[in-house]
Amino acid sequence: MEKGQFPGAEAVKVNGWFKANRFLLLRRVSQVSLLALFLAGPWLGYWIVKGNMASSLTLDVLPLTDPLVFLQAILTGNPPVQAGIIGAAVVFIFYFLVGGRVYCSWVCPINIITDTANWLRRKLKLKGGTTFSRQSRYWLLLAILILALLTGNIVWELVNPVSMVYRGLIFGMGMAWGIVIAIFLLDLLVAHNAWCGHLCPVGAFYSLIGKFSVLRISAVNRQACDDCLDCFAVCPESRVIKPALKGADQKIGPVILSGQCNNCARCIDVCAKDVFSFSTRFSNQLPESKESSNQREVMS
Amino acid sequence: MPSSQDNKPTNRSRRRFLADTLRSAVGVGLVSMTLGVYQRQAIALPSTAIRPPGAGDEEQFQGACIRCGLCVRDCPFDTLKLAELGDAVALGTPYFTARDVPCEMCDDIPCIKACPTSALDHDLTDIDKSRMGLAVVVDQEACIAFKGLRCEVCFNVCPIRSKAISLNYQHNERSGKHALFIPVVHSDACTGCGKCEKACILDEAAIKVFPIALAKGVLGQHYRLGWEQKKQAGESLVSPDVPHEYNLPEGMRYDHAGEGLIQEQATAPENLAPPFSDNPLDTLNRKGGL
Ligand code: SF4
Ligand code: SF4
Ligand code: SF4
Ligand code: SF4
Repeated sequence: MEKGQFPGAEAVKVNGWFKANRFLLLRRVSQVSLLALFLAGPWLGYWIVKGNMASSLTLDVLPLTDPLVFLQAILTGNPPVQAGIIGAAVVFIFYFLVGGRVYCSWVCPINIITDTANWLRRKLKLKGGTTFSRQSRYWLLLAILILALLTGNIVWELVNPVSMVYRGLIFGMGMAWGIVIAIFLLDLLVAHNAWCGHLCPVGAFYSLIGKFSVLRISAVNRQACDDCLDCFAVCPESRVIKPALKGADQKIGPVILSGQCNNCARCIDVCAKDVFSFSTRFSNQLPESKESSNQREVMS
Repeated sequence: MPSSQDNKPTNRSRRRFLADTLRSAVGVGLVSMTLGVYQRQAIALPSTAIRPPGAGDEEQFQGACIRCGLCVRDCPFDTLKLAELGDAVALGTPYFTARDVPCEMCDDIPCIKACPTSALDHDLTDIDKSRMGLAVVVDQEACIAFKGLRCEVCFNVCPIRSKAISLNYQHNERSGKHALFIPVVHSDACTGCGKCEKACILDEAAIKVFPIALAKGVLGQHYRLGWEQKKQAGESLVSPDVPHEYNLPEGMRYDHAGEGLIQEQATAPENLAPPFSDNPLDTLNRKGGL
């Protein structure tokens, strides 16, 4: 990235604005149209989808249930009935195929808020803030599961901002706007990527699914990387890129295997060299002949 | 650990890792404790919030309900709503306020059918058997039936009229010649639908529906009601069942319908022997004790 340029400026120059933002646009379309599907019922009377992200019924046949809240209900000792079980299985399999944190980048409404906060943070060149462990979210995830087990109550749902905002938009916000603002300010002022990257146990849960999920981002074309670091600047979990992008020497494959990767594909957008593309976890073999010959060329 | 090694990068990063981990653990611990305390409060259902049919006690309900709102959507009367942030009811859970929109007691109970969890009891198929709450005539001073005026609105709107609410006729002391038509709720039939509370003609309802836990008393397990035991056994359990005998001076008897102590008419008052002998020893030694 040249000095004073925003990340992705080069890609805009090379590929045009639309191509350099195509996945970002697609994600917003996905997030907004999912919400619109839920709102079409209460607002316009078209009942395509009923319920909310916790559990829904599409066209009166397809049940979908959030696997995390499902798991908590099981831990409280109140297992859901058949529709809930089928719904949770369908959703689980879906995210297993397309990548756990696809929930985060393509579905979750909070993502729009935190992305905006991050974008503003870059614009205003806000640096620093508190630092705390990115592992906190896993601790929190463990804690809410233990709480469900010990209290027999789905405790996390009393405060979960993710479901609170989604349900709020569909059923009535109450004071939940305050939570939206709080998360925005948290990400803008307190710590970079504080909520989604450090705290949110929902994202942590989906990242555990993502550890094994099929669809992945791959730095297939990594030998073309010119170290502009634009992908690192836009990635919400930038650590996950390094091994895939720079690991050729250590014999690490080009696929980003970390479950923390959002599959948001923003790296594909902003890379002027078209290094990244969608791939599967099974195509992580080192393209030995090609790459090692490349390396030999560089070395010689 | 030797101090010479303290500044080695591995040690420093290990220390940072430990510090970070500790910070997370402490933070998460505090958050969990707060959440744990908060859930104790959230379990208290306000007296005006009634759960949908088929909901169990509050602890069970909150453990099972995933707050999806499918019951809300399938209620044809828009009775139910999900608690918003700031409401006194646990966030996101469905409830209704009887005075606003009561439950119409649908025969097919669509709210239960819609529920993807065990929050609403799927075995409940007869709405008359649901126990959402219990109606209580909370204010007998305000209820106009107690003033001797004809109302009976709650009685008439009740979907299980005369079983859940009956009218108890009582003498009107004030007028002396009329009857009071007192509404009486029977917990063995009242579903807690709230139609009576909604219909009550007062500005503030005198009959209100409360969550069962608030409205219903429970008799101690060890209580045995004599008359019921007697009916069950087919005979008195205190044997032998002798008629009560009074120990009275001669010439007197006790009869309550005859208004108490009665002197036998056979003996003229002036001829009557005084009830107590002049000799106190006679009285003490009187047959049958005092
Ligand atoms: S981390 Fe949480 S809040 Fe952020 S996008 Fe994922 S689910 Fe939503
Ligand atoms: S029984 Fe009918 S009116 Fe009552 S809450 Fe259920 S759906 Fe609504
Ligand atoms: S349908 Fe069941 S799980 Fe969903 S909000 Fe209603 S009671 Fe709760
Ligand atoms: S709440 Fe009132 S109207 Fe409903 S069943 Fe009970 S007594 Fe009848």
